[in-house]
Amino acid sequence: MSYVIDRRLNGKNKSTVNRQRFLRRYRDHIKKAVEEAVGRRSITDMEHGENISIPGRDIDEPVLHHGRGGKQSIVHPGNKEFTAGERIPRPQGGGGGGGQGKASNSGEGMDEFVFQITQEEFLEFMFEDLELPNLVKRHLEGSDTFKTVRAGISSEGNPSRINIIRTLRSAHARRIALSGSSRAKLRAAEIELERLWLEEPDNFSDIQEVEALIARLRGRIARVPFLDTFDLKYNLLSKQPNPSSKAVMFCLMDVSGSMTQATKDVAKRFFILLYLFLKRSYDKIEVVFIRHHTSAREVDEEEFFYSRETGGTIVSSALKLMQEIMAERYPVNEWNIYGAQASDGDNWNDDSPICRDILIKQIMPFVQYFTYVEITPREHQALWYEYEAVREAFDDSFAQQQLVSAGDIYPVFRELFQRRLA
Amino acid sequence: MSARERRAQPLSTGSEWTFDLIRTYDREIGRIAERYALDTYPNQIEVITAEQMMDAYASVGMPLGYHHWSYGKHFLSTEKSYTRGQMGLAYEIVINSDPCIAYLMEENTICMQALVIAHACYGHNSFFKGNYLFRTWTDASSIIDYLVFAKQYIMQCEERHGIDAVEDLLDSCHALMNYGVDRYKRPYPISAEEERRRQKDREEHLQKQINDLWRTIPKGAGKEDGHDSKRFPSEPQENILYFIEKHAPLLEPWQREVVRIVRKIAQYFYPQRQTQVMNEGWATFWHYTLMNDLYDEGLVSDGFMMEFLQSHTSVIFQPGFDSPYYSGINPYTLGFAMYTDIRRMCENPTDEDRRWFPEIAGSDWLTTVKFAMSSFKDESFILQFLSPKVIRDLKLFGILDDDQKDELLVPAIHDESGYRTIRELLAAQYNLGNREPNVQIWNVDRRGDRSLTLRHTQHDRKPLGASTDEVLKHLHRLWGFDVHLETVQGDKVMHTHHVPAKGEHDNDGGYPRLDLALPPI
Repeated sequence: MSYVIDRRLNGKNKSTVNRQRFLRRYRDHIKKAVEEAVGRRSITDMEHGENISIPGRDIDEPVLHHGRGGKQSIVHPGNKEFTAGERIPRPQGGGGGGGQGKASNSGEGMDEFVFQITQEEFLEFMFEDLELPNLVKRHLEGSDTFKTVRAGISSEGNPSRINIIRTLRSAHARRIALSGSSRAKLRAAEIELERLWLEEPDNFSDIQEVEALIARLRGRIARVPFLDTFDLKYNLLSKQPNPSSKAVMFCLMDVSGSMTQATKDVAKRFFILLYLFLKRSYDKIEVVFIRHHTSAREVDEEEFFYSRETGGTIVSSALKLMQEIMAERYPVNEWNIYGAQASDGDNWNDDSPICRDILIKQIMPFVQYFTYVEITPREHQALWYEYEAVREAFDDSFAQQQLVSAGDIYPVFRELFQRRLA
Repeated sequence: MSARERRAQPLSTGSEWTFDLIRTYDREIGRIAERYALDTYPNQIEVITAEQMMDAYASVGMPLGYHHWSYGKHFLSTEKSYTRGQMGLAYEIVINSDPCIAYLMEENTICMQALVIAHACYGHNSFFKGNYLFRTWTDASSIIDYLVFAKQYIMQCEERHGIDAVEDLLDSCHALMNYGVDRYKRPYPISAEEERRRQKDREEHLQKQINDLWRTIPKGAGKEDGHDSKRFPSEPQENILYFIEKHAPLLEPWQREVVRIVRKIAQYFYPQRQTQVMNEGWATFWHYTLMNDLYDEGLVSDGFMMEFLQSHTSVIFQPGFDSPYYSGINPYTLGFAMYTDIRRMCENPTDEDRRWFPEIAGSDWLTTVKFAMSSFKDESFILQFLSPKVIRDLKLFGILDDDQKDELLVPAIHDESGYRTIRELLAAQYNLGNREPNVQIWNVDRRGDRSLTLRHTQHDRKPLGASTDEVLKHLHRLWGFDVHLETVQGDKVMHTHHVPAKGEHDNDGGYPRLDLALPPI
């Protein structure tokens, strides 16, 4: 007797939980591998997952088994030239090692355990524990998200929301109210009837009259409906808008002539990483791209990353533009404002103090967090020293870091946006 | 009228399968199997996809298992080798349950499906039902229920005590899983219903027993001294997990239950590990016989048969010891060759067979192979039935590797003087007792530091493998106090392991411990 069952449509991801347990257990290994991978591969290349390899000994499940040594005899197939009693030299690396316990389950001699994680998982590990600092301003924005809350009782509504207790309570009250006088009369009539039966049993006409009255009153009471439409009570739900945080990130990139192709590349990769992070972790965020040489311009994403235009350097132009845009489009009371600036630090000499002043007076008081990365393999430039004054003034919301090569981007990025313990 | 002449219409001509075709083939194969009186559980044939097959793989063939990272690891490595084409998936997985569940993969051709039905649904199935080890040690009708119970219980534990606590415990149990079986004593049949019912009682009862064992209140002077010097346990215990479940001083009731679950599952798989050659050989022998009968009746076409033979030969392919593909003796090859040769000896015995197997030569082949299937395990099966012809055909030879000698010795090859030696060597090779180190619970220092001493009885001076210390750390986690392992030869202690290592007592922190409640004393 056999049954044939089609199980193909059943869930195929029975192992998902186990897979996740595995990822959870080897979290540290995976994180390290992801960090290395981020340094290795081009930042724009985030479309696929990654091969993670873990040293075999770290994931071995130990069992008791025999080691090498002692007297071991094994039977092999396929004899060609051996004869009984023959002595043969021990082969290099030890042949004849068949009976070695059963550690071969996960592949003998395998020193690295390699597996794939998906793109989704890759990004998750990459941006884990990162966040925009000081994201505190919340604003009521009428249209987007609501939460429904209870708002008492209403006499109109949807049958599924009917409140049975309140409905029956009001029906009960109505029945008492409407039948009250009839019931009082009924009680009086019944007493009267009893009295007549006892005292004047011959007074047929009166008795008949009282009996008719009782029947009429009973009928009247019975006609009061058990449940009427205006008894129905409904739970009332009302929508409350959810406060959400609005955030804007200003990306300021120096594209002046002093920035070599390599430094520009590092800067772009930094911003791409930032952009990926923001888009992935925050639903509602606006990004403003500003590129500058001697003058600054607001550009779109495409141009920001791919345009080749260049010139001299006046850093303050970008800061001024940022300040203007802030004033014009992003009222400070509604928006969490962030800034990220990348430059090689090479600035027009007189300009650096101006930058510092703009930052301290016009920008820093209004932004939540501002980061500056200096991309240079050399000594710090004038701008860096000016910015140190800014950092002293706004220790909590200003950070500066130096980037030397592409390999530093991810570690520096992690440091800048590390989740802080509240 | 011979079979050839009664040529009927083939059941199918293309290579595509349909559910109707699978049913038809199953019916025909079942009909022929009945002719050989193969006694089977009812079959439940499930068609699944490759991904589902990988899932089934990862959970070591259990249709449902509790969650554990090691299954995730299996899954990842299977997935990787499969997607890179390094490995084909097994054509089938069959589960020793009643009804017997067999998985067919969607990607297979109808020929493969028929092969799998013959192999799994009639071969393995009749083995599960017939072999004495499976009959006495596993309970096919209750395994699915028990697995459901185990999965739920472990899930509840995770909710109550946290994933990490359960995972640590399972890791430790898995390390000792091979030492969680009773080798000689028949276990109680497992039943989920019973387990649930008795679980509560057991918890209380167990705790009481442990409390007795660890009682420190003096029982009155004088009569105790004689008892104290006795070892506990009085006989060495081979089932380490059982001992842990019953006697570990610090485990909480739920932890004992988890140990028990792992132990029960190990016990369920134990017969499979003992009958690999017989089981696969039996299934292969029957798919070969049944498919040939189908062909003789004209129910399958020549092309179908070619495809079948190709798969069959690749299943029983045995690379020589010097081949780069060699990874030990292929159990399919050995088992198939032995059953086939038993049949040959019955039907066409030679003088040699009469000399070696006087009771078998010329007897009824069906009765004889069935007897060979039902009453043995690999070790005894080889010892009883490995014939000189099979040894010659496979060109078996022995290698003795003695680390005290410079050269390897070939003690015997496939010739008249070597058959017996080869047979004994090969049988010993399939003796699980030889393959795994003989480690038993020896003593518990009840009145002292509560340390647990294990004894490894060394055989042929074979040492313990490199992961021994790791395993002992796991045992230490379960036991909660010091663990010692002595390797003995005769009465002489050759070597010892200690966890924590001697003199390391001060920094206890490096050793994994379970989060434990106060000791129940």
